[in-house]
Amino acid sequence: MTASANAIRVLAGLLQARTGQELAVSRIWRIETSLKPLLRERGFDTIDALAAAVVLDRESELAGAVVDALLNNETYFFRDHAVFRLLDGPALDMIRAAREPRRRLRIWSAGCSTGQEAYSLAIMLADEGERWADWTIDILGTDVSRDAIERARLGRFSQFEIQRGLPVRVMLRWFDQVGESWIAKRQLRRMIRFERHNVLDRPPQPAHFDLILCRNVLLYFPAEARAGAFDRLSTAIAPDGVLMLGAGETVLGQTGKFTSERTLRGLYRPTAHHPHQSHRAA
Amino acid sequence: MSRKCLVVDDSKVIRKVARHILETLDFSVDEAVDGSDALTQCMAAPPDVILLDWNMPVMSGMEFLRALRAAHLAVRPKVVFCTTENGMGHIRAAIDAGADEYVMKPFDRETLETKLQLVGFA
Repeated sequence: MTASANAIRVLAGLLQARTGQELAVSRIWRIETSLKPLLRERGFDTIDALAAAVVLDRESELAGAVVDALLNNETYFFRDHAVFRLLDGPALDMIRAAREPRRRLRIWSAGCSTGQEAYSLAIMLADEGERWADWTIDILGTDVSRDAIERARLGRFSQFEIQRGLPVRVMLRWFDQVGESWIAKRQLRRMIRFERHNVLDRPPQPAHFDLILCRNVLLYFPAEARAGAFDRLSTAIAPDGVLMLGAGETVLGQTGKFTSERTLRGLYRPTAHHPHQSHRAA
Repeated sequence: MSRKCLVVDDSKVIRKVARHILETLDFSVDEAVDGSDALTQCMAAPPDVILLDWNMPVMSGMEFLRALRAAHLAVRPKVVFCTTENGMGHIRAAIDAGADEYVMKPFDRETLETKLQLVGFA
């Protein structure tokens, strides 16, 4: 089942129009794998036939399903342990000190896919329940994929998903096995809201997030859209908030809205508010 | 510094796959065909970590694990037990018996590497 160049162009165009994401050459090989379940489910023999149906009605539910299938939903619990060690130590300590007077913590997991990052954050905080006992904690998880957000809301993970990145004792403490699935305990689910949202759009409200994680998301956007996404993130973050990007992602050469946090590598601050603590992005 | 993993599985194919992955992760690998064989090897020279199958003839994974922990070896090997989709109910029992992590079969290099990191092998 090989897709024609025309079919690929149609589907890549649809993805970009709906989400702003590019189907880079390096991801084109994934098209067939990504669309195979949808082809089977909807009774199409080839990707060309699917693309033809999409051309006939770009606003159809089918087109939406194609976009969902093409999005990369790869994620797992505590992805990149170094990041969570940083968060669980100095990063949260710093944010906590700044928010001590109001005892309110707002976190946004932008591009959260099926929710593992947001649940990891909730676990991290819930594991230190006493420390955060009298704090109001609001974790927001957003993703452009409707399917992913619906699954994140359920907090239900397959046996394959649950074993990825989650230490077994943490899994047994925070998830209940129901049949073939593992479901996040109510205490975790109550800490997180999930909404469908594209990072290119106006930020979800209320904004002023103390911490934004936007990891392995912006790499899928062309440079101009990426700069726009940084603009949006800069309006969503508190003046002294902290932004975390994915391993290998940076603000350098991408935006002037954020600057590296000098003391904590891998963290970024809104530029205007911390000129004395940080150095400007090149 | 060399680190040693003992792969305990009655399937030659699984042992071969696990050995290949572990060697790419810089482990030296020994193999045991059942729990009894594994226990004998652990007495002689305890490994740093044990990749333990659950269903084996002669001595099962659980029997081996209980015996291993009861032996109070000078060095406490980490134990990652292998289960299948149908065996997930064993997890709590295995942890209670002294396992440190689990991995679901079939596993790939990335999955096994992550599990080994979780038990302290970066």
